[in-house]
Amino acid sequence: MKNNLYVARSPSVSARRMGDEIVVMSAPNSTLFTLNEVASLIWEAADGVTPVDQIVADKICSSFDVEPQVALLDAKAVVRNLATHGVLTVSDRPILGASKLPENSAAQAGGFRERS
Amino acid sequence: MKPIATARPRSLVVEVSNLPIRLWCADPKFARSIEERYSGFLSSSSDVIGEFTIELTMPGVKCRHEDVRVTWDTNEWLIERADFQARWNPSTARGRIQQGASIYSLDSVLRIVNTLVLARKGGFLLHASSAIRNGYAFLFTGVSGAGKTTIVRFAPPDASVLSDDISCAIYRRGCFNAIGTPFHSERGLPGENLGAPIKTLYLLAKGPKNKIEAIKDTAAVRGLLENILFFVSDPELVKLVFDAACEFVSRVPVRRLTFVPGTLVWADLLV
Repeated sequence: MKNNLYVARSPSVSARRMGDEIVVMSAPNSTLFTLNEVASLIWEAADGVTPVDQIVADKICSSFDVEPQVALLDAKAVVRNLATHGVLTVSDRPILGASKLPENSAAQAGGFRERS
Repeated sequence: MKPIATARPRSLVVEVSNLPIRLWCADPKFARSIEERYSGFLSSSSDVIGEFTIELTMPGVKCRHEDVRVTWDTNEWLIERADFQARWNPSTARGRIQQGASIYSLDSVLRIVNTLVLARKGGFLLHASSAIRNGYAFLFTGVSGAGKTTIVRFAPPDASVLSDDISCAIYRRGCFNAIGTPFHSERGLPGENLGAPIKTLYLLAKGPKNKIEAIKDTAAVRGLLENILFFVSDPELVKLVFDAACEFVSRVPVRRLTFVPGTLVWADLLV
């Protein structure tokens, strides 16, 4: 039986894409992370129901010149590292009800409103 | 605890970051200290965002926390440090400050309340000196010793210094504006109570020659967040401040400024 790994973005973090990278802040402890280009793709695809190997195939191997097995190993290392900081949740089963990627997370310009 | 004074309280409105707060103080001497400390930031506005009653206690509120601690207690913020205890109810916009007769205790409470209110208004207080020149504000941020005070001390005569230590940045009318604050370094003077659109934020470093370098947006967000004054771990407020910092970086150029202390940096680079 195939051993799938599923990842979901933690609901307690805020994130914003800035160019190729994403900054992520963990609200409970105000820790800031900068995700590089690859980690950013994983983050955005971490919907809780897409297995990591599919994310690697669809998002990473299609964008970078990398061996699939190497990419998968690297991706799992990234995922586990982010999970230890509470930024991602990891499970061997689909994570239902995972937080959705905000529509404006890729480019939030205009989403910021003046508040009275 | 026995209050020092029981005279009829006097009302003073202190306006920092364009947020007028009424202070009720029954001690005439301390009221005069407030007038002196915030002389450029006193307001006659009756449209205040909230009010505090100041109770001078003898010999000073005893709190076990040397560092400031801000917690949510039932329906109000509890702000504590060894030299004061304050409560602020955002729903009623009323609060109480118990402190010794040190103006610096009040200064700390006002800063913290300012950060709590600003967070919901798309703004923040930043460890930054700032000055207005030619209609635009320049902000200089960095840790203590980075040169915040030095760089505004050498500002040209046509510049208006907003602060040498803590500046307000807030999103208004489609852009981020800097506003002066009365909060200054130990060897500095209060800033002017003025505001202007921010032209550039500089992350300060001292070096052998003056130069300005571009940095990645993610590094800019990190540099900005490291210098924002924020005292609570409330997830909603943290998110608001994070959003404001990201938005700031998307709208305001952020550069690394290495400078030799002296006047040349203004003439060379900051026009």
